[in-house]
Amino acid sequence: MIAILDYSAGNIRSVMDAVHRVGCDAIITSDPAEIRRADKLIIPGVGAASVAMDSLKSLGLDKLIPTLTQPVLGICIGLQLMCKHSEEGDIECMGIFDANVTKFKQGHLDSDGRLLKIPHMGWNSVNELKTPLFESIESGSYFYYVHSYAPELCADTIATSEHGVTFSGALNVNNFYGTQFHPEKSGEAGERLIKNFLNL
Amino acid sequence: MVAKRIIPCLDIKNGETVKGINFLEIKSVGDPIELARAYAQQGADELVFLDISATIEQRQTFAALVERIAANINIPFTVGGGISALGDAERLLLAGADKVSVNSAAVNRPELISEIASRYGNQFVVIAIDAKCVDGKWCVTTHGGSKLSDKELFSWAYEAQERGAGELLFTSMDHDGTKSGYACDIYAQLSDKLSIPIIASGGAGNVDHIVDVFEKGYADAALAASIFHYGEILIPDLKTELLRKGINVRK
Repeated sequence: MIAILDYSAGNIRSVMDAVHRVGCDAIITSDPAEIRRADKLIIPGVGAASVAMDSLKSLGLDKLIPTLTQPVLGICIGLQLMCKHSEEGDIECMGIFDANVTKFKQGHLDSDGRLLKIPHMGWNSVNELKTPLFESIESGSYFYYVHSYAPELCADTIATSEHGVTFSGALNVNNFYGTQFHPEKSGEAGERLIKNFLNL
Repeated sequence: MVAKRIIPCLDIKNGETVKGINFLEIKSVGDPIELARAYAQQGADELVFLDISATIEQRQTFAALVERIAANINIPFTVGGGISALGDAERLLLAGADKVSVNSAAVNRPELISEIASRYGNQFVVIAIDAKCVDGKWCVTTHGGSKLSDKELFSWAYEAQERGAGELLFTSMDHDGTKSGYACDIYAQLSDKLSIPIIASGGAGNVDHIVDVFEKGYADAALAASIFHYGEILIPDLKTELLRKGINVRK
């Protein structure tokens, strides 16, 4: 059984649609017992990290999630909540990944000498891919990003992207995975990644 | 480096795709889901669906269509048309839209932008502006270009950004439907003044026009409708040509 975490933080439907498109089904839940029992857990998320973290805490899930042993995939805010600290709202997160989440700084230039846009919105190439999460996905493949805050590079980095600075496009430690990009919106490459996660 | 985006736009009326020529004459050019899926497979980076009947007619059909789009396509999409309250945006979010675009209602009540942005994030709100040049001044229009407002393009675009819009979709009503090229100089000026990504819309007639709006207009994305709907430009050919010109697009 695949579980998608429902904690009032966004695009559950998009994630469910993507799981369906790769031929699987999932339940949507915030129930600790169901979460513990699930074979796989996906933590989606859009919006503000502080609001999402409060929501996790109010459900008591900030303590439960770090103790899980099945494969867990955090997407965007879902990944950020698994990091140490987020500059968005200056909040402590679950501390699963050894990375802090910081805001993109204004003032970086692109190859035409124009100011880079924030939010970082659109398709960006993802490089230095590691772990079976990226099985059959070529380095340089494009994934869809929408965010103003990003996890820094660290020992847990399994993919990198560049937007003025190089940041972690994906992270992994033990059974925990996270992508800053949205695989559920990243065309065929994204569907391949979701399949890879569900095959872990 | 983030890639320049190619965005086919599907105008929807009564659940069907239409393209207005200068927003007046309307021809049906296909089933939205079929078109959307074909575009995603061809390499479109994003899609925009505008409910052009929304201000006059029932919106229920559109929300149902949005659910089907979300289930069937694997790339991001924006929906717009007739969004005048937070509840409209919420309904479309729940139906599976990645972003909503607000236009006329935001001109009349700019707080709408901040209301949606503070609830669902800046990335969820696209400010769509239709404007035309009147006596040398770019005037913002509403209701599909039919009404002139008292707002001026550049100041309104900046205000919308400051209120929380995460992206600007600007359509030059002077160029829309003409197939004579985008308003490149205006996009370049907008790009100087704004920090949010800019989607260029109105005037695409051939590949060179799209090259120009990226190279001279510094647009982040190029939106077009009829040239794609009628197969005048195929997205794979367009991307090959853009790459050949050194423009970074997703292959």
